[in-house]
Amino acid sequence: MHITQGTFSFLPPLTDEQIKKQIEYCIAKGWAVNIEFTDDPHPRNTYWEMWGLPMFDLTDAAAVMYELNECRKVYKGRAYIRISAFDSSPGWESLRLSFITDRPDDEPGFDLRREESRGRMQRYSIRAYATERPMGARYGR
Amino acid sequence: MSEPQRANAATIDLEAEFRASGVGEVLDELDRQLVGLAPVKRRIREIAALLLVDKVRRERGLASRPPTLHMCFTGNPGTGKTTVAQRMADILHRLGYIRTNKLVSVTRDDLVGQYIGHTAPKTKEVLKKAMGGVLFIDEAYYLYRPENERDYGQEAIEILLQVMENQRDDLVVILAGYGDRMERFFQANPGMRSRIAHHIEFPDYSKEELLAIAELMLSEQNYRFSPEGRAAFARYLEARMRQPHFANARSVRNALDRARLRHAVRLFESRGRALTLDDLQTIGPEEILASRVLARPEEERAA
Repeated sequence: MHITQGTFSFLPPLTDEQIKKQIEYCIAKGWAVNIEFTDDPHPRNTYWEMWGLPMFDLTDAAAVMYELNECRKVYKGRAYIRISAFDSSPGWESLRLSFITDRPDDEPGFDLRREESRGRMQRYSIRAYATERPMGARYGR
Repeated sequence: MSEPQRANAATIDLEAEFRASGVGEVLDELDRQLVGLAPVKRRIREIAALLLVDKVRRERGLASRPPTLHMCFTGNPGTGKTTVAQRMADILHRLGYIRTNKLVSVTRDDLVGQYIGHTAPKTKEVLKKAMGGVLFIDEAYYLYRPENERDYGQEAIEILLQVMENQRDDLVVILAGYGDRMERFFQANPGMRSRIAHHIEFPDYSKEELLAIAELMLSEQNYRFSPEGRAAFARYLEARMRQPHFANARSVRNALDRARLRHAVRLFESRGRALTLDDLQTIGPEEILASRVLARPEEERAA
């Protein structure tokens, strides 16, 4: 199951060149670019692990690509990696753009749980098959 | 007709390309603002020519690997290494080799950390900041300290080498330093030498060149020598060049700063007299001859 999230979720995965173009756009807008990763693909999991600090004072996309590749060296195939861009012009950092750049090789998808509740009420919840295993051992290897 | 063949048929106007790039202006400016340094200017022209031809070739579909442009500037103190590096960023930017016209100038302290694990993030931070432009490492030999085997400089060098090799399109590194120490640095780090394509040596200035530099510096600050003042400064230079720790243009600048100080004091002390605009601008021989440098030989002679 190909999980999508954030901007461009309707598009096929971006190539490196396309990722770079997006980062160039963010930098031109004066946004701080951040790299994050996680191995919990639940849509309500909004706080991903940060790969270093957000890159505040960069002027070139090559630097972000360098960090992204560093992050891939460690987590490619084992976690989701996304790029987010923060705009500080309102006086606080607010998320402007966020898209997934890398996915695990094998995405088992979600288990839909049904729960009988009061009366004939039916509650639903989803749970990623991957999260049945502990953190760090969920994908690949 | 294939792409290269069609390009063969049409003549290529290199002159127009040269004018369009705006490099000519930078080179002319370099000629005008930097006195002497003939070998350096020649080398920069060569690099500019290479980049221009390379760019034209690329546009005509003639594939070639982008040239390696890491450089090493060696020369004595005050020979204009930093100034030229600044211009280099300008030239490379106009030729489209680097994406932003910026020069990030660092020394050992900016790259090497204080404790284990501190160096790599620090070096990477600097490299990331410089990406898309030029990274200028002044006195690069301080990165390597053979006397301390646990020094973290080696770690910074390794990261630097890796990025210099893998991200040639993203970053141009210029190392600068004094000739002999740079030589020792390269002997200890042969990997560094082989990754640097251009070794440019900055010669010392002659007396005439230093005098021209002094006049240029003064005119930038709206001062000038009186004819006697100029002759006195020529004598000063002769004496100063024989002394130790002579730092070329830097010594000239310091001497001029001191002369300006004496100039102000002289005007201040004769403040009963009416001043003209000329007085405010002219550095006379009194200011120069009061220098310690000129006094010393006479004292020696007297002794």
